[in-house]
Amino acid sequence: MTETGQYNFAYLDEKTKRMIRRALLKGLAIPGYQVPFASREMPMPYGWGTGGVQVSAACLTPDDSFKVIDQGADDTTNAVSIRKFFQRTAGVDVTEHTGEATVIQTRHRIPEEPLREDQILVYQVPIPEPLRFLEPRETETRKMHSLEEYGLMHVKLYEDIARHGSIATSYAYPVKVEGRYVMDPSPIPKFDNPKLEMAAIQLFGAGREQRIYAVPPYTKVVSLDFDDYPFEASKADHPCALCAATHTYLDEVIIDDAGGRMFVCSDTDYCAKRRAEGHTGTMGTPMNEDAA
Amino acid sequence: MYVAVKGGERAIDNAHAWLAEERRGDTAVAELSVAQIREQLSLAVSRVMAEGSLFDPDLAALAIKQARGDLIEAIFLIRAYRTTLPRIGNSRPIETESMACDRRISATFKDVPGGQVLGPTFDYTHRLLDFVLAADGEVPEAASVSADTGGVPHVTSFLNRDGLIQTEDPDDAPPPDLTRTPLEFPANRALRLQALARGDEGFVLSMAYSTQRGYGRNHPFVAELRVGRVAVEMDIPELGFAVEIGEITVTECETVNQFTGSKTEPPQFTRGYGLTFGHTERKAISMALVDRAMRWKELGEDNVGAPAQDEEFVLSHADNIQATGFLEHIKLPHYVDFQSELELVRKLRAEAAAANAPEAAE
Repeated sequence: MTETGQYNFAYLDEKTKRMIRRALLKGLAIPGYQVPFASREMPMPYGWGTGGVQVSAACLTPDDSFKVIDQGADDTTNAVSIRKFFQRTAGVDVTEHTGEATVIQTRHRIPEEPLREDQILVYQVPIPEPLRFLEPRETETRKMHSLEEYGLMHVKLYEDIARHGSIATSYAYPVKVEGRYVMDPSPIPKFDNPKLEMAAIQLFGAGREQRIYAVPPYTKVVSLDFDDYPFEASKADHPCALCAATHTYLDEVIIDDAGGRMFVCSDTDYCAKRRAEGHTGTMGTPMNEDAA
Repeated sequence: MYVAVKGGERAIDNAHAWLAEERRGDTAVAELSVAQIREQLSLAVSRVMAEGSLFDPDLAALAIKQARGDLIEAIFLIRAYRTTLPRIGNSRPIETESMACDRRISATFKDVPGGQVLGPTFDYTHRLLDFVLAADGEVPEAASVSADTGGVPHVTSFLNRDGLIQTEDPDDAPPPDLTRTPLEFPANRALRLQALARGDEGFVLSMAYSTQRGYGRNHPFVAELRVGRVAVEMDIPELGFAVEIGEITVTECETVNQFTGSKTEPPQFTRGYGLTFGHTERKAISMALVDRAMRWKELGEDNVGAPAQDEEFVLSHADNIQATGFLEHIKLPHYVDFQSELELVRKLRAEAAAANAPEAAE
C-alpha cells in the first residue's frame, strides 16, 4: 500500500494508533477536556502540525478522501507537505473539495462550506491550554479546569473591555464546550467560532504539548462574552474581489507599492466553487486556471 | 493584479533539490564520508547520540552529514528514526563501576583507588589555532598502556562508607519512559534524569551555570567524572540468563554537594548525577548540577524560586526538538490570524479616534 513499504499504513504503527484512538474516544466522551497522550516524534517538526498529523493518521482508513488546508488554502506549502505525506504513507485519495473529503486536516480555519455528519475535521493545535497565557503552569491550569475555576479568564476579558472598549482577542478566541470546559479552538479567527457547532466530528491534536481534545457533533460551543458585550464574529468589511462573497472570511492582499490592496476569500476551494457557479467579484474573471 | 499562491508543491520540490546541492557544496572539494564524520567529528557524534537518545555512531554521523552540520537538525533526524524502532525489550542497568575508563578524574581527592586518568581532554590544551591541521599534518602516535580491566570503584562509595554522604535508596520500580508516556508533573527523579539526559546541552549548561552564580546555589564538587565503555546486558527469557548484546560509550558525573542539613535530613553531603551517551562531559556535569537543584523537595531544602529548582520550568523547556520546532513554526503562514489582528487594531484605533475627537473640538 505504501510507496516504500517500510512504514505501516499512515506511518504510525497500529499500537500507537490505538493509543491515539483511545485518547480521541476519551476526548469525545468529555467534550473540551484535554486528554494527555504519548505524542510521538514525527518526521516533521513540532509546530508543523504533528498533533494533527497523528490524529489524522489514527483516523484515516484506506477508503478515506483526505483534504488538508492551511490558512484556508489547499496549496500553502505546509498543507501540500502534509497532504503529500499521507499520499505517500497511506496511499489515500486526496481532494481539494470540501464536500468530497471525509477527513479534513486544518490549520487556522474552518471551511466555509458546512460540514456533514460523515466528515471529520482535524485541527492542528499549537497551545491547547486556553488558560496558558494567564497561568503558565500546567499543574495550576489543570487544577483550574478540574475545579471549573474560570474566573481568571473572565477577569482578562473584562480588563480588555475596561482598557480597549472591547475584547481584544481576535483569534484562538476561548469557548465553553457543553457548559463545562473552557477550550482553545486553536488559532482560528473568531469569525469561525460560530461554526464550531457543527454536524461533523471535530478533533484537536497538539503534538508538542501532548494533548488531544474533541468536540462531538452538535455539541454546544459558546464563545465567552458578557451580556452587555456580546461576542461578535468579525471579518474585513468588504466583498471578495474574486467571487463577490460577503459572508466569507477574507485575506487582505497587498497588490502594489502604493498600498493598494484587495480582499479575497481565505477558503480557496469555496471561492473557486463560487466562481465556477458564475459569481464574479470586482477584480475576478470568470473561473479560469490562473486565478484561484 | 493578484497572483494566486499556487505552486507550493513545485516550490517545495525545487527547494529540496537546492538544499541537496548546498549540502554537497563545491563538488571540486572531496565529499565527506560518514566514516570520516564518525571518526573525526566524534564529539558532535556524541552529542547527537546523547540528545537523540539513540546510541549508534554511524547513524549519528549520517544525520550530521545530512543536516549539513546543524546538530539540532541531526538530533531531530535521529529522534524521528528512533521513534519508529520496535521495542524488543529492556536491558539490565549498566554497571558503570566496571567501565573500561578512557578518562576518570576526581576533583575531591588528590588520588583515589583506580587512579586519576586524564584521558583525551581539551582541559589543558592552549586554545591556539593549530595551522598544521589546516595543512593536513599527520598526528604523532600517542603513548599507550593497556586498560585496567578490573573495574574502577566510584569515588562517592568511599564517602558512603563513613555515612558522610546521603545514600541513594535502590528502587526496583521500572523507570517511566518519557517517549512512551506524556510528561506530567510532579515528575520523579528517574523521569527528571531522563529528560535532562536528552535535554539540550546549551539549555542544561545554562541552568547549571545559573545555580553556580547563586540562583539556587548547591555548592557542587565533581566527585568523579568518567568516560569509557560499558557492556549492555539483556535478560533473555528463553535462556534464563543475561547476555551481553553490545558495548556503549557513556560519560558519568557524580557531584557531592555541601549540605548543612534541613528539618528532615542530618548534615551530610548530597549528590547530583549525570549520565549521557558518548563523550559528553560538559553535558554530564551540567546534568548533575541541575539534578541536584531539582532535589530540593526530597532533601527538605527551601525553594528559593530559582529557575533550576523549578522542575516544570526546566523539563518543559529542556528539549531542543520541541523548542526549535515551536520557535521556528512562526515562519509558517499566519496571515489568517494576522488578518484578524489587523481588523482588531483598526477597530480599536477607530474607536480611540472617535473618543478623542470631541475632546479635540472642545
